[in-house]
Amino acid sequence: MTTHLIESNEKNETTKQMTMIQAINDGMRIMLEEDNRTIILGEDIGKNGGVFRATEGLQEKFGNDRVVDTPLSEAGIIGTSIGLAVNGFRPVVEIQFLGFIYPAYEQIMTHVSRIRTRSMSHFTVPMVIRAPYGAGIRAPEIHSDSTEILFTHMPGIKVVCPSSPYDAKGLLIAAMEDPDPVLVLETMRNYRSKREEVPVGKYTVEIGKGKIVREGTDVTLIAWGAMVTIAEKAAEQAVQQGISCEIIDLRTLYPIDRDILSQSVQKTTRAVIVHEAHNTGGLGNDIISIINDTSFLYLRAPIERVTGFDVPVPFFSLEEHYLPTPARVLKGIEKVVHF
Amino acid sequence: MELDYPIKKIIDDKGFIIDSTYEKQIDEKLVKEFYFNMMRIRTFDRKAINLQRQGRLGTYAPFEGQEASQVGSALALGPNDWIFPTYRDHGATLTYGADMVRALLYWNGRVEGCVPPEGKNIFPPAVPIATQLPHATGAAWAEKRKGTKNATIAYFGDGATSEGDFHEGLNFASVFKVPVVFFNQNNGYAISLPIEKQMNSATIAQKSVAYDMPGIRIDGNDCFIVYFETKKAFDYARSGNGPTLIEAVTWRTGAHTTADDPSKYRPNEQGMNIVDPLSRLEMFMKNYGYWDEKWIKEVKKKINNEIEAAVEGMEQFPPPVVDDIFDHVYAVMPAHLAEQKESYLTHLRGKAK
Repeated sequence: MTTHLIESNEKNETTKQMTMIQAINDGMRIMLEEDNRTIILGEDIGKNGGVFRATEGLQEKFGNDRVVDTPLSEAGIIGTSIGLAVNGFRPVVEIQFLGFIYPAYEQIMTHVSRIRTRSMSHFTVPMVIRAPYGAGIRAPEIHSDSTEILFTHMPGIKVVCPSSPYDAKGLLIAAMEDPDPVLVLETMRNYRSKREEVPVGKYTVEIGKGKIVREGTDVTLIAWGAMVTIAEKAAEQAVQQGISCEIIDLRTLYPIDRDILSQSVQKTTRAVIVHEAHNTGGLGNDIISIINDTSFLYLRAPIERVTGFDVPVPFFSLEEHYLPTPARVLKGIEKVVHF
Repeated sequence: MELDYPIKKIIDDKGFIIDSTYEKQIDEKLVKEFYFNMMRIRTFDRKAINLQRQGRLGTYAPFEGQEASQVGSALALGPNDWIFPTYRDHGATLTYGADMVRALLYWNGRVEGCVPPEGKNIFPPAVPIATQLPHATGAAWAEKRKGTKNATIAYFGDGATSEGDFHEGLNFASVFKVPVVFFNQNNGYAISLPIEKQMNSATIAQKSVAYDMPGIRIDGNDCFIVYFETKKAFDYARSGNGPTLIEAVTWRTGAHTTADDPSKYRPNEQGMNIVDPLSRLEMFMKNYGYWDEKWIKEVKKKINNEIEAAVEGMEQFPPPVVDDIFDHVYAVMPAHLAEQKESYLTHLRGKAK
């Protein structure tokens, strides 16, 4: 009984079946059409349409000075985009894999995130960084990282992580219209795994708001990206034990929607956080803190975390052992329900 | 390779013209402009060091010895150009129109020091090394796309050429042919590391070959060559030809910062044979009849008054507002941050009772 509530802010919108990658492409196309400040930059994004085809057809339509194939240089792409952004453009950068963003980490940490603060809002960096992330697509090593916490720790940028085609387009457009820098983490596992009805026109999904994707009464499962599907599968299995799970798709990792967490946990009185990132220092810890701050006296059991292990994401022959599975999530659910 | 990049200069160490290429363009107005600005930033620099010693300023990065490089290049900029400085280039930013009170505030730990005067494209100083080079490229790219004739200049030191961002900034600028001038001040040392341990290449200018852009090596203590060559690079950029790499060979007379002791890594006598850029200009002025005692006196007085007023302006600047640390992180403050702010301000108000 998964419910994907369409929250289109344009009524009577015609919709079309889209995969997540199509929805992302559509979001960029709309903004390239609508706002001539928009400029897309990245490696292989032009003729090749990006390694995942997220930018397919865009260079053909908008020209190679608006959809720009750059040299292979993450720090160069981000650093140059800072200059474009402070001087009137709206760069949207594609980093091929989140695991490749580290050469640009300095630019993000020392400049993207704090130019507004350092200049007292005189200079701002309204840029979007898109980065496919996560394991489970049998990619080579380094391609599968889920290190969102490196970015959620740094004030000045926002981090969103859609799991569905609808959210991917809406959050991407919201990110492109945001006056502040936004990192968009796109779970590669969901790029083509499902289709759904997506409005053809422009709409936004508010940054900073989570979504209840399944209503339930006994335990709240909190997930994002590819882990939403894992949580849904675990919830289906839990039904057989008479356990009713509510699932929150967090959608924005920074700033976190604290209201949705507290409202749901106060109703269900139990929580299991599911993330594929490493356990130590993972975002789950912050979520536990938020729940402690807002809902401690409602809790009937300690909050459980089902996460990736504290090991580098293994080569793909073993990656299924790294990733949380419905079975591991179910174990976590049983633990908090039978505490 | 060094022979391919001889150090170009217009005046020699005694202040005599040795290259007449730009001789006709040197007039009294220009000479006095150089003198005024170089004397102004030197006096500022020395004052700032004194203020730091007196505990009235935080750690400070002096630029004495680099005045010709900074003034000569900054005066070559047009009114709507962009300047991407490091923490050692406040001589250049002040010359370009940065506010002196704010320059002092910056070194006193006040973020207000990063805010340029309205209409002046002066970026906050880059603290990491070489990271501003791609920014300058990006801002120049934006100007090109807007179809303006504006250009950008990025300042950086010799050590910066070892960083990846140096390559990335130059490479992007070259690939996309954008109007940017990469202005290197080779001042001999990156904190304690001498240039010969920084790189195996004899010059920085030769690195331009890899990017197929003009690379020139100039005497950074000769304000004339700095001014005219930077201007030429800007004209070249504005005409749509793309970037230039300039290596201005100069010398950092003092410490890396007021927290650094150069006697630990270089002998005092090293650099003693380098003629100070301001002395060299003075000799030139005397050689060619520009020296005017009365004017010099007036200028020094004017500068001292300005600096005294700026110090007063810094010390009487309204105290920092705690709200500011929260208010400029995002355009719209996220709820959790608003809560942190409110809670902390409430705490402060309680303490004030």
